[in-house]
Amino acid sequence: MSKLAAVRPAYWIAGILLVLSVIVPLLVSTYAKDEPRLWGFPFFYWYQLLWVLFSAITVSISYQLVMREERRRRAASGLDAGSSKKEGNR
Amino acid sequence: MNDVDWVQLTIVIAIFFGVTVMGFMAARWRRTGELDSLDEWGLGGRGFGTFITWFLLGGDLYTAYTFIAVPAAMYATGAISGFFAVPYTIIVYPIIFIFMSRLWSVSHRNGYVTPADFVGGRYGSRGLSLAVAVTGILATMPYIALQLVGMQAVFETMGLGGDNVLAKDLPLLIAFAVLAAYTYSSGLRAPAMIAFVKDGLIYLVIGAAILYLPGQLGGWESIFDAAKTKMETQNPTTGKPTGAFIPGESGYSAYWTLALGSALALFMYPHSVTAVLSTKNRNVVRRNAAILPAYSLLLGLLALLGFMAIKANVNVKGLDGLANPQLAIPRLFDQEFPAWFAGIAFAAIAVGALVPAAIMSIAAANLFTRNIYRDFLKKDATPAQEAKVSKLASLLVKFGALVFVLGMDKTVSLNLQLLGGIWILQTFPAIVVGLFTRWFHKWALLTGWAVAMIWGTITAYNVVNPATKKHFGGSLANIPFTDTMVYIGLTAFGINLIITIALTLLLRALRVADGKDTTHPSDYLADAGDPGVKDLPELLDEGGPSPAKA
Repeated sequence: MSKLAAVRPAYWIAGILLVLSVIVPLLVSTYAKDEPRLWGFPFFYWYQLLWVLFSAITVSISYQLVMREERRRRAASGLDAGSSKKEGNR
Repeated sequence: MNDVDWVQLTIVIAIFFGVTVMGFMAARWRRTGELDSLDEWGLGGRGFGTFITWFLLGGDLYTAYTFIAVPAAMYATGAISGFFAVPYTIIVYPIIFIFMSRLWSVSHRNGYVTPADFVGGRYGSRGLSLAVAVTGILATMPYIALQLVGMQAVFETMGLGGDNVLAKDLPLLIAFAVLAAYTYSSGLRAPAMIAFVKDGLIYLVIGAAILYLPGQLGGWESIFDAAKTKMETQNPTTGKPTGAFIPGESGYSAYWTLALGSALALFMYPHSVTAVLSTKNRNVVRRNAAILPAYSLLLGLLALLGFMAIKANVNVKGLDGLANPQLAIPRLFDQEFPAWFAGIAFAAIAVGALVPAAIMSIAAANLFTRNIYRDFLKKDATPAQEAKVSKLASLLVKFGALVFVLGMDKTVSLNLQLLGGIWILQTFPAIVVGLFTRWFHKWALLTGWAVAMIWGTITAYNVVNPATKKHFGGSLANIPFTDTMVYIGLTAFGINLIITIALTLLLRALRVADGKDTTHPSDYLADAGDPGVKDLPELLDEGGPSPAKA
């Protein structure tokens, strides 16, 4: 267990990215304003829609980091890593 | 019946019929075992990969909530009560990324099908498991009710119904008979299959609405300006502005607590858990967390349809003569689109309400069967008996939802979902915290849950809608002893956590016996193919192996 319990930098980075993706969109005071408008959209609206994209990116990066790390841990602990190959494609 | 639009009605019926046929066909689709086992019927045999899961999750997360309730709230009172759904659906994915894989692993290694199974195993407490099950079933009902309200709005716009009670409810009853029939006969696969059709229709409708309507209505700039003007106008009943175009400082706390509370609550609902557990391995849900935000974009654009309805000056007076903001979007489509396309849009909304209603009722039924029927009523039930009880329970849950539709204030239908959220959020400490630590004491959790449920329900009851004078008129209240307006669910959650932590410290100090944890730390990291990770049919000693997970 001790080997598994050690937290790797990859987990830290993924964790920080995920926490930021939760906290920043909740800081209403940073975006509750009308100007500047973009294609007629007030800042309040386009900024939040833009966060949909940001969040998809941060979660994707976290996914890559965590998957790589998890695969390594599983290989290290002698578990079958084959399941990661079986995933998806449906 | 008055002024029925036959073109729209014909198209809606045709699409409904097609969908129903597909639902029945789905019973034979990718069958991995017999449908009379609970696992087959309720979890689709647990073999869904990333792609189907994406549709399935989209199918139950984006519902009449998205098409009717959120735009209606935007139409009626603007950003605080409506657009919070955008940050809500943005932050929900990082949140589930963090804990859902652990739930998948522990469930698959221990054969859990419901969140209450997990809580029962983790805390060795049947009482806590029962509390989680009852909360899940109760909280799902208003959420299904919201779907009913959505369908009702569509039918009403097409001119079905009238001012007598029977005429008004008849189309609704027909829709539910269809839903009940195919849910009953094919379980989770029917909604999974239909989710494809539904999403296809929805993309079409959204695409058309977003590209076509702004031009018709004079451009985004003028749509936003019309909304701004409406929100700043004084409401004659309350003497305050109608709503918030952009939240003012006093609205910040309401906005972010609604978003955070809804996000934390979403994956406590039994149907979301069902969808996650039906995935093939522990990382499907994480990968989905990265691709699901596509739906959030849709949600945001759909929310803005509420502002378009303001600009287009739609008439939201219902057939009973009362204003009903839920009609804003269907009436907008009716007014701005040709009849045939409005028909397609209405079918998309109706199917989009049916699919989640089916998934939700199946999940609530699973909870009832496993955690109430089997644990408390009939311990030696066979898989076939369980599946049968589950099917009956799913019907009962739908009737429960009907009670909410008929009994509650429907002028703000979003509120139905937020009420469910107040309740379901109280299972968060037991489920999510339990995935990471076993520190909480079972009695502390149970007490925290009970107090928060009671406090939350009473507080929500005491919110009276100023226009209709009905109770349960909103989901915002001040934090006790302050003037800060927040989502009741999140305050109750805070109270729940404080009580649970304080009592755990006390009970641990007094060395009160705690339940036995039957899970192992390694269970939380297990993946498909690992030793001990079983499919449920094996666990239930179900006839024959079911290797076909391809």
